[in-house]
Amino acid sequence: MANAKGPREIRLSTTPDADALAQLRLGDIVYLDGLMYTAREGVYIRALEDKANIPLDLPGQSAANFHCSPAARINPDGSFEMGAITATASFRFAKWLPEWLAKTGTKLVIGKGGMSSKDYKSYFVPNGAIYLSTVGYGTGALLGRGIERVESVHWQEELGLAQAMWLIRCRKMGPFIVASDGDGNCLFERENERISRNLAEVYEGTRPATLKRFGETDDKSDELI
Amino acid sequence: MIAIDLIQSTAETLMDKAAIEIPDDYLAGLKAAAAAEDGDLSSFVLQAMLENYEAAKEDRRAMCGDTGTPRWYVKMGNETVIEGGPVALEAALRRATANATNGVPLRPNRVHPLWRTDHDNNVGIGAPEIEYGYEPGGEWIDLITVHKGGLFGTDYRMLFPSDGIQGIKRFFLDSLVAFGKRGLACQPAIIGIGLGGCKDTCMVLGKRAACLRTVGDRNSDPRIAAMEEEFTQLGNSIGMGAMGFVGKSMVIDTHIEVGYCHTGGMQMSVHAFCLSSRRAVARVFPDGRVEYRTDPDWFTDYQRRETVEWQMPKGHEKSA
Repeated sequence: MANAKGPREIRLSTTPDADALAQLRLGDIVYLDGLMYTAREGVYIRALEDKANIPLDLPGQSAANFHCSPAARINPDGSFEMGAITATASFRFAKWLPEWLAKTGTKLVIGKGGMSSKDYKSYFVPNGAIYLSTVGYGTGALLGRGIERVESVHWQEELGLAQAMWLIRCRKMGPFIVASDGDGNCLFERENERISRNLAEVYEGTRPATLKRFGETDDKSDELI
Repeated sequence: MIAIDLIQSTAETLMDKAAIEIPDDYLAGLKAAAAAEDGDLSSFVLQAMLENYEAAKEDRRAMCGDTGTPRWYVKMGNETVIEGGPVALEAALRRATANATNGVPLRPNRVHPLWRTDHDNNVGIGAPEIEYGYEPGGEWIDLITVHKGGLFGTDYRMLFPSDGIQGIKRFFLDSLVAFGKRGLACQPAIIGIGLGGCKDTCMVLGKRAACLRTVGDRNSDPRIAAMEEEFTQLGNSIGMGAMGFVGKSMVIDTHIEVGYCHTGGMQMSVHAFCLSSRRAVARVFPDGRVEYRTDPDWFTDYQRRETVEWQMPKGHEKSA
């Protein structure tokens, strides 16, 4: 999928060192090798609020947290079947991520939609972490091809299959897009800013709603996350 | 009479097809969008999507890891008889949903809203939804499954006649701009718009417009058809593409459905059927034949009828 004008493509370990992270630029395409784990609200609540012991050695085993629930099943013999994996929207997890990054040493947060530059600057940069976005959000089958094997699943009885903590061995899993950098800049905010310049023209002549609702904004450059 | 086992086995096949095979009409629409897109990052994303559809079919794996919330639209002819009746039909569709969730596999998305109980099979209270429609004549049953994804991209606004077309455009743009940022709507999408009805039927109309019509299909009212084309262009002029990157591929097609509403209002809903526009259809006949297709063909003249009585078109009475 590379072409002469297209974005830069990079192979990256799921336990990357500081030098590898420092070379990443907004909009780079990344493919991952190594172990990644899934964690979202269920895991964060159980580990951070209920103070359960995290069943993995983090970041020793993995420094890559995928905001994801796989399409998967556990077979009667205990083996796993994982078809497609796709990220879920990350902004909902901002409540837990500062503590999670500090506690687990996670360096790569992989998900959908990214966080705000404020989030990046306040706790990604201090923890040396980078945000990677999945591509198109629907490339579950391509990402599925990057699964070498499912190593284990934890807390599935407590949290259910969708919220459980899956440990996945990846080989050239991708594509992902670098959505934050070492300075805390945000790819999506950069794109939004460019798009917003055009919006007044697109909206010209349209009519604001007669009936307002509490909590609404009419500033089109606002983000609603 | 249509055999219940055949209905269940067909429904299981449909669950598999919907999750894995992108419908041809959407694929053609996305290819056209990819050819027109000149934004660097947006182009990369669309190419990745096209590769993803191929990978899903080759590997027989779900095209997206979030396999949505499976639901059923069932349509029957006026003379259709199901073995075991409607209760058996609903049990068969619930069984097929549970079996396919485990079999494909799909993501067991459905949980209790408060207690977050997950049966790991996409079946629970009110899940999967099963909605019905009927057609004059016919002994067949159409089974349509839609696995619409996404928590974002759907919204409702109570407009009034004074808001007019410019008010409709405004809400259309608001929904696209709001949910298009960071690609939360998983665009480019098929945008369904419901106009009129009551609040609940307005949502139903818009969702069906998004999920039960194919790319390129136009409303039978020529003035609404013209609006559909205009809105697609409007959406693609925002300057936003896939994932909210700079680009021009936001809308693959726009479908508008209307229902008669209160004289003082003009309800409007907007729905985005995402990059993984999962739908699959089969018609099952009493003689055991099963015909698979991807066009739900839901909005027939009968479904959009305006009159008290329904005059069968000539020759239609005998086709039953």
